[in-house]
Amino acid sequence: MTSPDAHVVIVGAGHAGGTLAALLRQYGYAGPVTLVGEEPIPPYQRPPLSKAWLKGEADAESLALKPLEFYAENRIDFRPSVRAERIDRDRKALVLSDGTTLAYDILVLATGARAIRLPIPGADLEGILELRTAADAEALKAALGPGRTMAVVGGGYIGLEAAASARALGAEAIVLEREPRILARVAGEVLSNFFRTLHEGHGVRFLTGASVTGFRGEGGKVTGVELADGRVIDCDLALVGVGAVPNQELAQAAGLAVNRGVVVDLEARTSDPSIFAIGDVTLRPMPIYGRDFRMESVPNALEQAKQAACAITGRPAPAGETPWQWSDQYDIKLQIAGYNFDSDQTLVRGDPASGRFAIFHLKGDQVQAVEAINSPPEFMMGRQLIGSRRPVDKQRLADPSVSMKEVAAA
Amino acid sequence: MAKITFIQHDGTEHVHEGKTGLSVMEVAVKNNVPGIDADCGGACACATCHVYVDAAWLGKTGEKTAMEESMLDFAEGVEPNSRLSCQIKVSDALDGLVVRLPESQH
Repeated sequence: MTSPDAHVVIVGAGHAGGTLAALLRQYGYAGPVTLVGEEPIPPYQRPPLSKAWLKGEADAESLALKPLEFYAENRIDFRPSVRAERIDRDRKALVLSDGTTLAYDILVLATGARAIRLPIPGADLEGILELRTAADAEALKAALGPGRTMAVVGGGYIGLEAAASARALGAEAIVLEREPRILARVAGEVLSNFFRTLHEGHGVRFLTGASVTGFRGEGGKVTGVELADGRVIDCDLALVGVGAVPNQELAQAAGLAVNRGVVVDLEARTSDPSIFAIGDVTLRPMPIYGRDFRMESVPNALEQAKQAACAITGRPAPAGETPWQWSDQYDIKLQIAGYNFDSDQTLVRGDPASGRFAIFHLKGDQVQAVEAINSPPEFMMGRQLIGSRRPVDKQRLADPSVSMKEVAAA
Repeated sequence: MAKITFIQHDGTEHVHEGKTGLSVMEVAVKNNVPGIDADCGGACACATCHVYVDAAWLGKTGEKTAMEESMLDFAEGVEPNSRLSCQIKVSDALDGLVVRLPESQH
């Protein structure tokens, strides 16, 4: 339990950091809280940036986790547009880019991840964009519009969501994927094929096995994407979405344990008991899979914010969760529970052609992960089955005429 | 605008003004009302903004979509007056709305 006047300093004002600051007050913590962020605005939701916000269906006010005045009203010292430069663990001090030093009793690293930039010729041309921050999204929105052509480098979820939004705005979209299929790193073949067909039906073009080797430009502006086979794909803008890396340099320089992310335990504590880390930057244990890994998802950011808030305020740790995430593209809602580790069988429940089906990944007769397309029962029940590790009757699971409640009850 | 009363499971009341067009969930979250997690931010993807609508207001809060119905079907402690608060839009007609919160959101 923390002393009641301990200074909690949170580095990173994203979804994880912002949620932790609010939870500390919700849980009755009355001591000083400082929230330091590099961006000029208070914490906001990133998922809508590629979806509702990009299509103009959500405004900045609705993106904000809390209104700006919330922070002052709740005595949270929110410091925007400032970067943390260095942690002095011996003096328990954080050095900021504006020259100030903050003394902390508890430090929380919520520094997130950053988009990977391609180290290829032309990568600094105007019109080559990434999508991580509100400022990125503003630039993307400004560059899109009827008649514009967007090349999407990388067929992952962010690129696909942006392609769907681009089509809604009347722009052309062409997805360039290095692997033989889109979503290759994050989804199985059934789902990859489903999304490709869905997008093609909305006029998105795809080139798979397409290795991007450079960008072409004119007058400093991008005009095309060069492929390894010599082809050049004309475009007015290029969105690069090829993954992210954790912003772990601050932790690493301070000598904290890092390994493809800042290493934390189930209380979100790092190798220094006075320092926590939460969100995309962490490598955390996931007991239901018996392994540690790094997740980039809002539900994980919220879960770890809860873990840290509980540990700081002396509450019992939250019950172990089943990780999940979601994506919206056109009228399709994808809900994913779990991660597909060690599965030995894939089972499709329902007909992909109907636009309503679920893919279960099994290890023996246990569910490891489920990808549900417009299928809330499969998602909700699947998530419970993953958490409980209860064996399932695979024949009944594969039969959509047997309800998910009956499958789970068997 | 509408005045909305959120009653936590332990009986604590929180009264907040909600702007027309926001969802009831957003009014709770932006005011840091404990007991509404809203993990997905209103995408109707998580069922962690579950509320019980006071009987007097059931007729005014609108119909559930198939997606909401389906998500609620698998939430814990569901009652006939259960709703996902991200799917209830604030309007002048909801001035005085009372919703109760479940013990936890799962």
